[in-house]
Amino acid sequence: MLAFLIRRIAEALVVMVVVAFFAFSMFRFMGDPVANMMGPDATIADREAMTKRLGLDQPFPVQFAAFLGNVAEGDFGVSFRVGRPVIDLVKERLPATLELALISGLFALVGGIGLGVYTALRRDGLLSRAIMAISLIGVSLPTFLIGIALIYLFAVELRWLPSFGRGETVRIGGWTTGFLTGSGLASLVLPSITLGLFQMTLIMRLVRSEMLEVLRTDYIRFARARGLTTRAIHFGHALKNTLVPVITVTGLQLGSIVAFAIITETVFQWPGVGSLFISSVQAVDVPVMATYLLFVAGFFVFVNLVVDLLYFAVDPRLRSATTGGH
Amino acid sequence: MAAADAVRAGRLRRALDSDLFYSFRRSPLTVVAAVVVLVIGLAALLAPWIAPTDPFDPSSLDLMDGKTPPLKPNEFTGHTFLLGTDDQGRDVFSAILYGARISLLVGFASVVVSMAIGIALGLLAGYRGGWVDSVIMRVADVQLTFPDLLVALMIFGIARGALPIAAQEHMAIPVLILSIGIAKWPQYARTVRGVTMVERGKDYVQAARVVGLPAGKIMRRHILPNVLGPVLVIATLGLSLAIITEATLSFLGVGVPPTSPSLGTLLRIGQEYIASGEWWILFFPAIALVAIALSVNLLGDWLRDALNPRLR
Repeated sequence: MLAFLIRRIAEALVVMVVVAFFAFSMFRFMGDPVANMMGPDATIADREAMTKRLGLDQPFPVQFAAFLGNVAEGDFGVSFRVGRPVIDLVKERLPATLELALISGLFALVGGIGLGVYTALRRDGLLSRAIMAISLIGVSLPTFLIGIALIYLFAVELRWLPSFGRGETVRIGGWTTGFLTGSGLASLVLPSITLGLFQMTLIMRLVRSEMLEVLRTDYIRFARARGLTTRAIHFGHALKNTLVPVITVTGLQLGSIVAFAIITETVFQWPGVGSLFISSVQAVDVPVMATYLLFVAGFFVFVNLVVDLLYFAVDPRLRSATTGGH
Repeated sequence: MAAADAVRAGRLRRALDSDLFYSFRRSPLTVVAAVVVLVIGLAALLAPWIAPTDPFDPSSLDLMDGKTPPLKPNEFTGHTFLLGTDDQGRDVFSAILYGARISLLVGFASVVVSMAIGIALGLLAGYRGGWVDSVIMRVADVQLTFPDLLVALMIFGIARGALPIAAQEHMAIPVLILSIGIAKWPQYARTVRGVTMVERGKDYVQAARVVGLPAGKIMRRHILPNVLGPVLVIATLGLSLAIITEATLSFLGVGVPPTSPSLGTLLRIGQEYIASGEWWILFFPAIALVAIALSVNLLGDWLRDALNPRLR
């Protein structure tokens, strides 16, 4: 277990350094950083002073080491587009994205497991079949079209929910939250569904097929023979054993939630990190792009690590396999 | 001449009698999908001859025609449009034909790019093995942890930064093709590598080696034909994904420039008008996009099942 953990963390560190190197190369070689920061009116002496201050006269490895040091201290440079430190921009927008990701993740997980169990237990029911058919359409539609369709139906036609923005937010310390106001909560509904729908259908289909598989096994039959209640069998025994693949897929899908968040935030004009990234790609704002790359990579590496560790917690067979107990 | 015709006729008969065509005829959904792909593909290809107007030519647009609903005469000019017009007075039907052309072009070309990279690296990794294999596959693994869309966005952003501003507009489509192509190579490489490793151990490869053929020739002439089946399946499914990725990027405003709109760009324009009731600007391009993506996907599913011997 410990050896496994150390190996995984070492691997994660290597990936992070590679990504950091990539991000640094973007900084260094895309256009001229000095020209980008000073504008056309600067004198040659000013340029040289800036070059020195940024450390661009140093050899490449020294510059890379300095970059890593700055990143470790939370200094990600200054945005070319708005001229403010990148870390401040990210800090401002991170709460919006995290709240959206949290709610849509919950929606995907709860909805996916619930519907998956339902469609597995009522296999031939009319509702189950309808759900399965609809889920097939949901998977094949592009995310942004689902978002637009939801806006059209619930915001334009029915006028139940807002079509863009976060609504009113409350500031608590450095964090702005939409959880505490009515309009904030209402604004979360459509983006969360848009973002979580694809993951939800995926989890639902997975839980359904795993449940069907497990319900056929011998130990379920024995549990029935022992006279356990249907509820205990379905939820205590069957559902628990479907969870390993669900954890894997959910973990891997957390990564794609980040990518899908870019689309969702654009459709709903959500003031999050994803829309910040899109505007910096449009404006070729290198420091913001590089920072986003680092954040996302860090997030993915972290999630993969957690997923691996969760396996150990959920599946006892894996624990005994690595400690060599048998 | 007659002999050549006979050979051709024989080939056609063999194709029509084949298992593949049989399973094709047996699945009505696949036939429908093929017809849809064929119709939209032809319409896109022949767009300059079919489309009533040229949506790329600003001089042919009349702002007075703007926001005309489908099949209703415009209240100022009296012109009627099959699927209406957008805010600039651009005929939506023509825009869809030209847009589908760009979407399909980018889709096909980016699939070719990822296929070329994936096949080359996959063959190399599978045939050489050792450290070549580990390096290539590790890179593929790392890239696979990131969603395609993100990788494509990153490459697109970097390319934009590296190009001079004057070149950005007309380089946008090649850059887009490369970004999507590079974002999707690992899947091909993995499959090709797997098949190559199996084929490498077979007698015919051993024989070719004993004869003294160079490694490059063995990979190209002997192993490559045997990996093309699975690659074709991924490529078909990949085409529908590539079309959707292109549409998404253009929708986000980082794809093709608005002067030559693809289906995604049309959706980006149309989105602004759903709140004010001009639904057709968005609706028809959306239908076209979904029809293409879904049909290509269905064809890919069919091909996967038809080429999989275990399912027969």
